[in-house]
Amino acid sequence: MRWSHVCAAAALASALLAEVASADVSVAVTYLRQEVERPPVLSGLDPVPEDLGLAGAELAQRDNVSTGRFLGHDYSLEVVSVAPGGDLLDAARQALAASPLLLVEAPAADLLAVADLAEAQGALIINVAAGEATLRGADCRANVLHVAPEMGMKADALMQVLQGRRWTDTVMIVGPTAADRALAAEYRRAAAKFGIRIRAEKDWTFDTDLRESTWAEMPRFTQDLPDHHVLLVADAADDFARYVLHNTWRPRPVAGGTGLVADSWAPVVEAWGAAQLQRRFERAAGRKMRGADFDAWTAIRALGEAVTRTGAADPAALRAYLLSPDFALDVFKGRPASFRPWNGQLRQPMAVANDRALVLMAPVEGFLHRVNELDTLGTDEPESACRAFVR
Amino acid sequence: MRNAAAALILALSAATAAAAGEIWVTNEKDNTISVIDADSLEVVRTIRTGKRPRGILFSRDFSRVYVCASDSDAVQVIDPATGEILHDLPSGEDPETFFLHPDDRHLYIANEDDAITTVVDVVARRVVAQIDVGIEPEGMAVSHDGRIAVTTSETTNMAHWIDTATHRLFANTLVDSRPRHARFTADDAELWVSSEIGGTVTVFDTATQTEKAKIRFAIPGVHADLIQPVGFEFTPDGTTAFVALGPANHVAVVNARSFAVEGYIVVGRRVWHMAFSPDYRRLFTTNGVSGDVTVIDVAKREAIRSVKVGRFPWGAAMRPVKGAG
Repeated sequence: MRWSHVCAAAALASALLAEVASADVSVAVTYLRQEVERPPVLSGLDPVPEDLGLAGAELAQRDNVSTGRFLGHDYSLEVVSVAPGGDLLDAARQALAASPLLLVEAPAADLLAVADLAEAQGALIINVAAGEATLRGADCRANVLHVAPEMGMKADALMQVLQGRRWTDTVMIVGPTAADRALAAEYRRAAAKFGIRIRAEKDWTFDTDLRESTWAEMPRFTQDLPDHHVLLVADAADDFARYVLHNTWRPRPVAGGTGLVADSWAPVVEAWGAAQLQRRFERAAGRKMRGADFDAWTAIRALGEAVTRTGAADPAALRAYLLSPDFALDVFKGRPASFRPWNGQLRQPMAVANDRALVLMAPVEGFLHRVNELDTLGTDEPESACRAFVR
Repeated sequence: MRNAAAALILALSAATAAAAGEIWVTNEKDNTISVIDADSLEVVRTIRTGKRPRGILFSRDFSRVYVCASDSDAVQVIDPATGEILHDLPSGEDPETFFLHPDDRHLYIANEDDAITTVVDVVARRVVAQIDVGIEPEGMAVSHDGRIAVTTSETTNMAHWIDTATHRLFANTLVDSRPRHARFTADDAELWVSSEIGGTVTVFDTATQTEKAKIRFAIPGVHADLIQPVGFEFTPDGTTAFVALGPANHVAVVNARSFAVEGYIVVGRRVWHMAFSPDYRRLFTTNGVSGDVTVIDVAKREAIRSVKVGRFPWGAAMRPVKGAG
């Protein structure tokens, strides 16, 4: 009897009508990108895809639309890309006038400038690219959440794995750019945190075409380094690291810029349902999913999940839900992701992998934490200098 | 004295195991099925399948076994007596799990990569309907009265309620993150849905499709994030449910009336799905990471044996064997 009533009611309504859909909700998001001049790199093998990051956001947009159609929730994604030297702040103002939900792919200083616009107060900005610790610390902003991992989360994951293997003696080659030096600083900090020794460091000084001289040059360059378990390479732009592997004086594994690499995602992640996400991404983008793609995917999915659960589209309600303990996003890495309420950083497992297989999804078992083991990766609450998040 | 008595009881129970049977386990990374004798607890046969076998179930009279060969994009029909693959059914892409309608004729298949539920007529061997559902459909159930089919979608996080007469959705209900498995209770009054990442089992009132209860789990010494409910089964009297908790390496025992968790049983690593022996005295769980099957004494609620099978055991189904022993 009751069943037939249900059927009759369903026949009157749309076949896709869902009980949780109370009112139609419209969710507009802008993906704001500041294009940057990338430094030249030695190899031409792996050009940075033009749709890096963006392709992940577009896939997540389709995921959200698919969920939204059952709930009467409508999603749109606008992409605004500002050429190098272009007026990012003007583009940001226009985007914020259209919608208070903004993904930003930009260097740290640009991200802060956008966040500090008068028009951005009360908006919800998600950082999908910048990894600087200061953005999560002294320079944190209440209107900015970080889905892009703090650089230290990756460095900590790598050092946890080295410690888990008891490969505690390392040496490090540091590239010449400011980004390389910042990365090296993160490796030093993380190494100290997890009891890894960096016995010596060398600055990368080559300016020859290494594609034809690594066989002779690299062993000489690494010959005077003290013995070690692992050779770390700080090479932020993926410039020279690939020429270090298998060309060293001592037969040692390489980690950091090549060899064993920590990132939010890797094409070799396949457990925890990840194979499905990899397939969906590859079908849509025609290439493998990288960390930056995954970060943008996660940001759009996090917004979608918050809309789905709250039925709201205003930034205050979404922010409150995202920072609440109720928010748990499946990110295909075996544990749910959530936001750290003290600085707005997404906590999530980090993939530590080589080119062919995942070595471990950090955190490594045994690194304990009183709240959440994921908080062994990156700046933890007691060390955080962020004061913008009132708890 | 006590040993002799125990031996006698053992001998008796073996002799009186009128309902002899087999447990069929799909090995996801071996492209095989391991057939376990439910009494001797030995693997008695290994049967080749298509690529990445996951969901497995038998026809009503147990004369056919259906297997989702996910990476072969097919549901395979196998003669359980010979192990011979008789034919493939059109299944849509990447079939992961399915459920046989009580009419014994219509298979409801979750096509994980396509956000579709496919309905296949197993006699005519053709697709009867395809229904758009959420992203990554996985769990699949049909009510015992045959009127409702439910698909759960892992990324959309919903149970999609399908009217089997019209093949149209009539409700979509949110559940916690990454729903994996769905079953109606024997009286069809409730639908249970497990959420792997959410860490819960949601109990719906079937008549209203509203949430009636939410079951949560807590195991001392196991981080909450690792408690990931996946497969579950009810005892035939409907009083108890056994819930596999994935990487927590435990099976929860749930009172199906009060929804209270009554205990936890340690099993192998990353426990997925389970099947009862024909007499319901034993429960067999597939443990994906440790590559074995844990045998649970249902009355005592404890593990009594593990049986090594192939790589990544995933699905499990029971087949009674007449005249065995």
